[in-house]
Amino acid sequence: MAKSESMILIPGRTSKQGTSLNKGKLKDEYIEVSTTVEMNLDDMTRLKLQEGDQVRLSNEIGSTVVRCKGRKPEDLPAGILFIAYGPPSSQLMGSDTAGSGMPLSKHMRVSVEKVSA
Amino acid sequence: MAAMLRIVNGSIHDPANDIDGEVRDICIKDGKIVDSLPENAPRLDAGGTVIMPGGVDIHSHIAGPKVNLARKLQPEDHRRDPHPGTDYTRSGSGGTVPSTFATGYRYATLGYTTVMEAAVTPLGALHTVEELHDTPVIDKGFYVLLGNNIYLQNLLKEGKQEEFRHAVAWWINRTKAFTTKLVNPGGDEPWKGKRNSNVTDIDEKSDLFNVSPRQIIEAFVKTVNEMGLPHPPHVHCNNLGHSGNYKTTLETMKTAGDLRIHLAHIQFHSYGGEPGKNPDSKAAEIAEYINNHPNISCDVGQVMFGKSTIMTADAPLAYLLRGFNKGKWVNADTECESGCGILPFSYQEHIFTHALQWAIGLELFLLSGDPWRIMLSTDHPNGGSFMSYPKLIRLLMDKTFRKEEIGKVNQKAIAKTNLPALDREYTLNEIAIITRAAPARALSLKNKGHLGPGADADITIYDDQEDKEMMFNAPRYVIKSGEMIIQDHEFTNDYYGRILHTAPAFDEAIAENIRPFFEDYYSIEFDNYGVADNYLHEHEIIPAKNS
Amino acid sequence: MADNIRTVKHATCTFCGCVCDDMELTVDMDKKVITKAKNACVLGRAWFAEHHIEDRPAAMIDGKEVTVEEAIEEAAQVLAGAKFPITYGLSDTTCEAQRQAVAITDIIRGTLDTTTSVCHGPSGLAFQGVGESTMSLGEVKNRADLVIYWGGNPAESHPRHFRYAVTPKGMFIPNGKKDRTVVMIDVRKTPSAPVADILIQIKPGKDFELLWALRAKVKGKKVDPKIEEITGVPLSTINDLVERMKNCRYGVLFFGMGLTMTRGRHFNSGALLALATDLNEFTHFVAKPVRGHGNVTGADNVVSWQTGYPFGVNFSRGFPRFNPGEFTTVDTLSHGDADAALIIASDPASNFPKAAIEHLKTIPVISLDTKQTLTSKIAHVAFATATYGINTTGTVYRMDDVPIPLRPAFDSPYPSDEEILTAIRKRVHELILSRRGARGATGEAKVASKQVL
Repeated sequence: MAKSESMILIPGRTSKQGTSLNKGKLKDEYIEVSTTVEMNLDDMTRLKLQEGDQVRLSNEIGSTVVRCKGRKPEDLPAGILFIAYGPPSSQLMGSDTAGSGMPLSKHMRVSVEKVSA
Repeated sequence: MAAMLRIVNGSIHDPANDIDGEVRDICIKDGKIVDSLPENAPRLDAGGTVIMPGGVDIHSHIAGPKVNLARKLQPEDHRRDPHPGTDYTRSGSGGTVPSTFATGYRYATLGYTTVMEAAVTPLGALHTVEELHDTPVIDKGFYVLLGNNIYLQNLLKEGKQEEFRHAVAWWINRTKAFTTKLVNPGGDEPWKGKRNSNVTDIDEKSDLFNVSPRQIIEAFVKTVNEMGLPHPPHVHCNNLGHSGNYKTTLETMKTAGDLRIHLAHIQFHSYGGEPGKNPDSKAAEIAEYINNHPNISCDVGQVMFGKSTIMTADAPLAYLLRGFNKGKWVNADTECESGCGILPFSYQEHIFTHALQWAIGLELFLLSGDPWRIMLSTDHPNGGSFMSYPKLIRLLMDKTFRKEEIGKVNQKAIAKTNLPALDREYTLNEIAIITRAAPARALSLKNKGHLGPGADADITIYDDQEDKEMMFNAPRYVIKSGEMIIQDHEFTNDYYGRILHTAPAFDEAIAENIRPFFEDYYSIEFDNYGVADNYLHEHEIIPAKNS
Repeated sequence: MADNIRTVKHATCTFCGCVCDDMELTVDMDKKVITKAKNACVLGRAWFAEHHIEDRPAAMIDGKEVTVEEAIEEAAQVLAGAKFPITYGLSDTTCEAQRQAVAITDIIRGTLDTTTSVCHGPSGLAFQGVGESTMSLGEVKNRADLVIYWGGNPAESHPRHFRYAVTPKGMFIPNGKKDRTVVMIDVRKTPSAPVADILIQIKPGKDFELLWALRAKVKGKKVDPKIEEITGVPLSTINDLVERMKNCRYGVLFFGMGLTMTRGRHFNSGALLALATDLNEFTHFVAKPVRGHGNVTGADNVVSWQTGYPFGVNFSRGFPRFNPGEFTTVDTLSHGDADAALIIASDPASNFPKAAIEHLKTIPVISLDTKQTLTSKIAHVAFATATYGINTTGTVYRMDDVPIPLRPAFDSPYPSDEEILTAIRKRVHELILSRRGARGATGEAKVASKQVL
């Protein structure tokens, strides 16, 4: 049984996403960029995750499986995940805008678990 | 609508052609007024009506970056005043800063067919032209802000008069403007660069440019008169709104000597008293000076009670006003060109200053010795919406109504004025002068503001009513360039008018002098700056007087 | 072949909100490709390199190729027949196309929204609440000696933003970056961090708390040292920043979606705008949201001048009404209100919340896009259109509301968004008028000017 842990997911823009977007959103490069999540290396060690392992992110809205990529602790604090916007992050996004029109698109609490190969 | 129409039986008020209430035919062909038409041309029976040329607003804020910021800022203002569309017209929203469509249609419903946007940064000119394209019915133009332009102030500092003239002409051509506008000349640099301070004296020299507001005004008056632009520099004096500012206003007028100058919203510049203390009225002094100097024209900038929106290139003034209520406020700096301040405002009868401002505006109208030079405006939307013009007209035409209204406001303020003693009532012809004939003449629009042969067929037909507010609120027919836009008070057509601008001659070499400055201190490409010809669509170049 | 190489100077990159207009494009006119984009950043180079002419039908209905005329007729019939049609997108097209899209929505009494609602929409709401002290970007270049970025990563989202705000020499900033202090406030150390003189790392979701503490300090109030526990930022850092802000000559706060998309939304933007306003008691201080897509600022401007409101506008009563949370697209879709959608240059099917995407799949969608997207894949009517700025002229507004004209590089066989939308607008107007039985109305305004509505 894989260990699951609650973390905060922050989707955002990246250069790679921006350049691959121009090739087309249905092209492999864009799909790869938007299915990679960045994680603090200490968190990865604790969760027994290796670079490129698949993890399932889930919350009360839905779930998605992405590959993980390590970041140094000074660059990405513990407990925080970063992902480029795209179809996977949409799967976790609630539609309540609290009267603003804006769904909470950053700072989403998700549970993280390793997907066994 | 047929290309021809003969309007019969109406009472004509066409002061530019010395016609004061005569019943005559008006003949329209292909968008113009003509001498005569064949007997079988279609007729419109206008019995019982008063016919005037379409209204011309010489000073209003209707389009461009600052107007759009003010629109975005105030959903609450639009919500209480929706503007439904019809089969012929687009919908929009009203309030003190209506959407573009509502602006055009509402001006039309008051019988106005030409409006000048009074303050546009060169960098915002393209935006303004885009909005004007979406402003229906009216013909329109704009004045370009050059009084705080850093490149031009540098030329003045260096004493380069000749280059200054070419650069001013270059800017007008590049932006497709109608004339130059000066707002609080010299006041931007202390605002942006010296911790939100301001220039307070017309002879105070800036550290940076070593020029005073007076030198800037003098340079523009001289240059624009030499160029013979259809309208002289349009000047918003220093110290707007401050007690004792009438001295600055008198000095500004003296600076022009006997050359043409137009002073904007002069009501806001006619205050006595000590700076920082309560103002009193100096309407008599200002009116007297204007009456005696035929080179000067002005619009009043009447304050009307109720909701307004302050929007001005005079950023320090807007910040000062913001200080009263600490409500929402916009400041918008434009590189090398201008400042800007915006805030919602309301004029209230019981407040001393507001009542005084209202009374001073009326005094100026009633003390005017020449309606051809003191014109109607509310500095829309600063003094109030243009939608309040009919009420203002009634205040001028109906002394009984005026007395009642005077009774409703702060009496301490009234006591500082001579308003109750002024019994004058404007005639229909005088109203026709201050709302169309005079602005058209001051703008050198030969085809506007009159009904003689050759004029644009921009015609407003009012039911003759005792209550002048009712009468001017809802013309029965409005014709724009020969097209019937409003018939029996309803829109029967949509129409998009022309952009009016001027194109003074200049030495092309000046562009290459401006280019390096531009490349150093602006943030867009020199070649992408201004309004290219393909943005103009239908337009008309109003020639310079000496060209 | 070398004969058919063309150079376009002063061209404009419309990829991000910087709208840099100093591109020099080398265009192979035979192959219809841009082979070089001088001055472009990494995003701009990809934008210019990847927009070539693709081999796909100009119009499709349910995945089958049709003529453009047939697709326009079908689109008009769907839109005119719908009870709650929505229009969405618009940030990646010209103002000229945006004007037509607003007109269509007005005529069919639909609901209009732009990508602003899921970008800096909360900043728009904050603007309506507190106003904004702001500026054109050249003022930052000429004057700003303190530049603060909050909740944004311009190095990746707007790579050339620094050429306006950090590096350039300006009129009163003769030594460029040396004369400026740059502060970066974010939850993580982003690739933008190296540009900063001062880096402040804040706990996620605590922006409002830090902004409010700064406002309190600016106004001379006491702030509890516990603020460090809450926000992760020590009081000494707060005090230092406040002194810098009050004492600079011309300060600017740029802010990104790290404020608008997270807990607090418009309260965060509002607190930041209020902070900039407060600082004007001490010095000249301005703020500016760093807007995203190429012409999202144009969309805000066009929708505002035509309706009075910036986004989230409903015309069902025959006049514009504004209600974010009701008329914004995430809401109209996820509540199941919309029964048809006109989507222009945007891809909600790939980046909206799950519930919204599910509803979108159940209604007829009309899409206009330069590339295939998940949205065009599910569209009932899909138009392939020319790319603005590469194939078409038009006007685009930079993030600071400065309008810039476009200089296209080569022609596209596909029509522009403006052409498609103009044709749909004319046809829906005819359909609506004939339904209302209006006499004499043709759907065409009498115009002095030939190209306006």
